[in-house]
Amino acid sequence: MKRVGKQTWVFDDGVYIQAAAAAVGPLEADGPLGSYFDVCHRDLYCGEATWELAERRLMREAVDCCLQKAGVSAEEVDLFLAGDLLNQNATSNYVARELPIPFLCLFGACSTSMQTLAAAAAFVAGGLADRALAATSSHNATAERQFRYPTELGVQKPKTATFTVTGAGAALVGRAPGRWRVRAATIGKVVDAGLKNPLDMGAAMAPAAADTIEQHFRDLGVSPGDYDLIVTGDLSRVGSVIVRELLAESGYDVTDVYNDCGLMIYRPDQKVFAGGSGCACSAVVTYGYLLQELAHGTFRRLFVVATGALLSQTMVQQKQSIPAIAHGVVIEAAGQEPDLPP
Amino acid sequence: MGLKSDYVREVKAFQPSPPYAANAVKAFFVGGMFCALAQWLADWYGGTFAASPLEAHLWASMVMAGLAIVLTAVGKYDDFSQFAGAGATMLITGLANAIASAAIEHRSEGWTAGVAGQMLKAGGAAVIYGLIAAYVLGLVWP
Repeated sequence: MKRVGKQTWVFDDGVYIQAAAAAVGPLEADGPLGSYFDVCHRDLYCGEATWELAERRLMREAVDCCLQKAGVSAEEVDLFLAGDLLNQNATSNYVARELPIPFLCLFGACSTSMQTLAAAAAFVAGGLADRALAATSSHNATAERQFRYPTELGVQKPKTATFTVTGAGAALVGRAPGRWRVRAATIGKVVDAGLKNPLDMGAAMAPAAADTIEQHFRDLGVSPGDYDLIVTGDLSRVGSVIVRELLAESGYDVTDVYNDCGLMIYRPDQKVFAGGSGCACSAVVTYGYLLQELAHGTFRRLFVVATGALLSQTMVQQKQSIPAIAHGVVIEAAGQEPDLPP
Repeated sequence: MGLKSDYVREVKAFQPSPPYAANAVKAFFVGGMFCALAQWLADWYGGTFAASPLEAHLWASMVMAGLAIVLTAVGKYDDFSQFAGAGATMLITGLANAIASAAIEHRSEGWTAGVAGQMLKAGGAAVIYGLIAAYVLGLVWP
């Protein structure tokens, strides 16, 4: 493991994702990627009494399914890294309460999926853990009520609003070779472009995503053509156009290899405004769909850039702008990884 | 020029603007229809039960609020508001929805801290400023 350039970690001595799993709610199960998810719930409550309990159940199911796929018991995992959107990271802390694994709680808003994956890879590469488990979750109703309004309140939302994905994803990272290799990670800086509208987070996050992607290209000396897919977390219809424009201004044309998880998870006719968002958006698309397609050979190398709006209701009410962050992880199909340029 | 030179200003070109004219038309007709329904109810109470105009209007308002609460409880009022906009939120039905939705939302935290404590979270501002506005108007109106 070494640092290359300013913000990029390169894992050149073999760090692998050994298994991954995704659990989702009804709308996501009904979306175009529904068949890729391991656990699909037909009801937003997921058989629980409250939405918070439903989100906790989703994360627990993703964790259990991931460990089961890897054939590893929880006792054999050395470190658990997780985070979510609820105050005090409630979902993650309560799931960790049930697991016999040392736990580090992380918050990166919707960037948590790649934040936890990058950290897990670094702990494994550094020899501090043989196996590290990364997980994250979000739930439409818990996020709505914490960050916006009561779910049944009649408010006309603008087209720029996004729709929080209900789901959870987990990935087990370890030294032993698996089907996917974690090749590099670029840790983002907090970027605040000065926007204040919490109903347009795509525009608020796009500069952070562009910053991380550009830094990644510069640190490694690579270009968009070195990737089969560069995918952002939840920039949605508004932010995904902006990030392409920002990168084009810096001389990087990503048009042919770019997509956004928030646009992939729902069908165009599902009523989700500008697209999906939330920690689970990039987590379930990556751990459900993208990894399977890597294993099938559709892609060989991905750069997943999870984007987070570091939104605080109190700060927004005090007229402060919304800071954002993006963390990117390069994932390759193990055994057939193309060479990274030196 | 370009996004990077002045992001806050230049990004507006990428943000779809709300369909103001369509929203206004929808709000006018839907809100108007609700008001017409309430007026019809008030006339009906006045005619059938010989209620005074004040009583008839109170009864009509309560029925409209009750209708909004039922629609909120079955999860339809928010969809209706997304369509009708101000035509759904500016009426007494909007206030009823604001209070009922917060009460439903916080049922999971119990009857006292949850339902009662949070009930006015979304509608409280309308209640407070409505009372103040009514008081001030009451002072200046002959």
